[in-house]
Amino acid sequence: MAETTHGIGGLKYDHSKRERPQELNVFIALILIVAVFEGLGFWLMGQSFLFDSGDRFDSIFNEARLQIIILQVAIIGIIAIGVTQVILTGGIDLSSGSIVGAAAMIAMSFAQVAEVNGFPNPKGIFIEQGWVDLPVIVPIAVGLACGVVAGGINGALVAYTKIPPFIATLGMMVTARGVAKWWSKGQPISFPTESYSKLGAGMTPVVIFLALAVLFHLILRYTVYGKHTYAIGSNEAAARMSGINVARHKVMVYTIAGVLASVAAIVLSSKNLTAQSGMGVMYELDAIAMAVIGGISLQGGRGSVIGTVIGALIFGVIISGFTFLRLDAYYQEMVKGAIIVGAVVLDQWRQNKGGKT
Amino acid sequence: MADIILKTEGLTKHYGGVHALTNANFEIRKGEHVAIMGDNGAGKSTFVRQITAVEQRTSGKITFDGKEVAFEGPLDAREAGIETVFQTLALADHLDVSDNLFLGREKILFKLGPFSILDYKGMREATRAALQKTGVKIPNFRNTIQNMSGGQRQCVAIARTATFHSKLTIMDEPTAALGVQETAQVENIVRTLKEAGEPLILISHNMRQVMDLCDRIVVFRRGQIVANLKKEETDGQDVVAYITGAKTQPEYAEAAA
Repeated sequence: MAETTHGIGGLKYDHSKRERPQELNVFIALILIVAVFEGLGFWLMGQSFLFDSGDRFDSIFNEARLQIIILQVAIIGIIAIGVTQVILTGGIDLSSGSIVGAAAMIAMSFAQVAEVNGFPNPKGIFIEQGWVDLPVIVPIAVGLACGVVAGGINGALVAYTKIPPFIATLGMMVTARGVAKWWSKGQPISFPTESYSKLGAGMTPVVIFLALAVLFHLILRYTVYGKHTYAIGSNEAAARMSGINVARHKVMVYTIAGVLASVAAIVLSSKNLTAQSGMGVMYELDAIAMAVIGGISLQGGRGSVIGTVIGALIFGVIISGFTFLRLDAYYQEMVKGAIIVGAVVLDQWRQNKGGKT
Repeated sequence: MADIILKTEGLTKHYGGVHALTNANFEIRKGEHVAIMGDNGAGKSTFVRQITAVEQRTSGKITFDGKEVAFEGPLDAREAGIETVFQTLALADHLDVSDNLFLGREKILFKLGPFSILDYKGMREATRAALQKTGVKIPNFRNTIQNMSGGQRQCVAIARTATFHSKLTIMDEPTAALGVQETAQVENIVRTLKEAGEPLILISHNMRQVMDLCDRIVVFRRGQIVANLKKEETDGQDVVAYITGAKTQPEYAEAAA
């Protein structure tokens, strides 16, 4: 059934001319980028990029590289999920990297052991108070609470003072980084309990990332929360006139973004077995880049978590690909910048093309 | 009187120093279709925004369905039974027809606070029924609003108000941007409402349309009501005279002075 009901003025609707889903375009881009690296790999390095060329693995893939690709984007990917829903409302969150720093420092200080090799923990923050060897739920709760507070403040500023999200979250970016440094007077916080150190060990970051991606895909697609998130980004005035409590919804969106940043903080500090005040610098921009590459429109209302996950993979493939080709890290950053701008230009171009009626 | 559905007394709205609406006394009965006419900036849309609580009035009293009301927001007004098609369409471009129809009052499959699960199937079925009821033809209502023509958008917006059993429907220039055939379709929907006995406030610049569809015409000028005319007792020329200021009804003369 290619054509159905007659519309106004006898217009017909052709199902076969339906717009291709954005995620598919992004996925095709991912395949193309992989293909380019495969080609360059055979040409320059004489080996395959993603496939097993040295017979080192049981499968046809280069499993080690696939693992690295997804592991290195998993933690920032967790942040990107939160940033995605913020961008869907037409906002932006610049504070997530700093929230990672602050939440990691604060959570870690509640996750320390009393003794290291028989001596009192040299990095102990709360040894005098006796807050050591606490059950793992304590640092997790404290870390998540940091995210709730920081994200909640972001949301309240955006929703009630009506200042642009860029400014509100820029303020939080500077402030949270300050908190991260102040918490231990700049000292790194180390020696976590064994149970805390398991939270980010091995491939757990990937498991957490994918679980959260599935959860938020379902939330954005099938719940009232998701529908209202898209509605606000699509037409805020319409959302308000339809009776959606826009301010309250924005507070929720930014709070959840803060919480996801603090999840990333816990996983990252656990994985590194230490927290430093400089943790998460620039993560906010990488997270935004993943979302934008994944087809989330900066004007709001367009895109999905699936897109962001594919965007994160593109990100990982590019970084891995450059390492694979033994190119300097400097080039990675330059190309990363170009890709972000390119993705936004593409989005703009698509909007203009699609916006004509 | 029991059959008055909406009544405003001394409704006033100031934007800073601008007196957008002054002392508007207005009433509409059940089953009645009333047109609001007036030049651009005469206060028509402002009047609607106060009734529907999109903005909060500076002063005045609103009685709806026999009770004095103070809506806190458009949702309050809508829950009380006032449905509005706004001049700016109030549709979310990236959502599809049934999403827009149910925006802000989604059907729920499973209640879970803000994370309640949406009943997509139920909403689509209700949408199909609503479009049939209003006679709106839309080729595919899974299509997003951004891919639709102005007329289709308008029909969606009107179908939305017609879907929910409202006590009063308000349309702010529903055909301003439409073609001939699209306008006819919108007017048909309005006639359906009339047959169903649903009261309507219609803001329009189109004299023929107003004379066709409405029982009564209220004229606004410079933020004030200057005339309240029965259709049978007036004609196009007469209404224009009130709109431009050539005439003012005696009972409103003091206000307009």
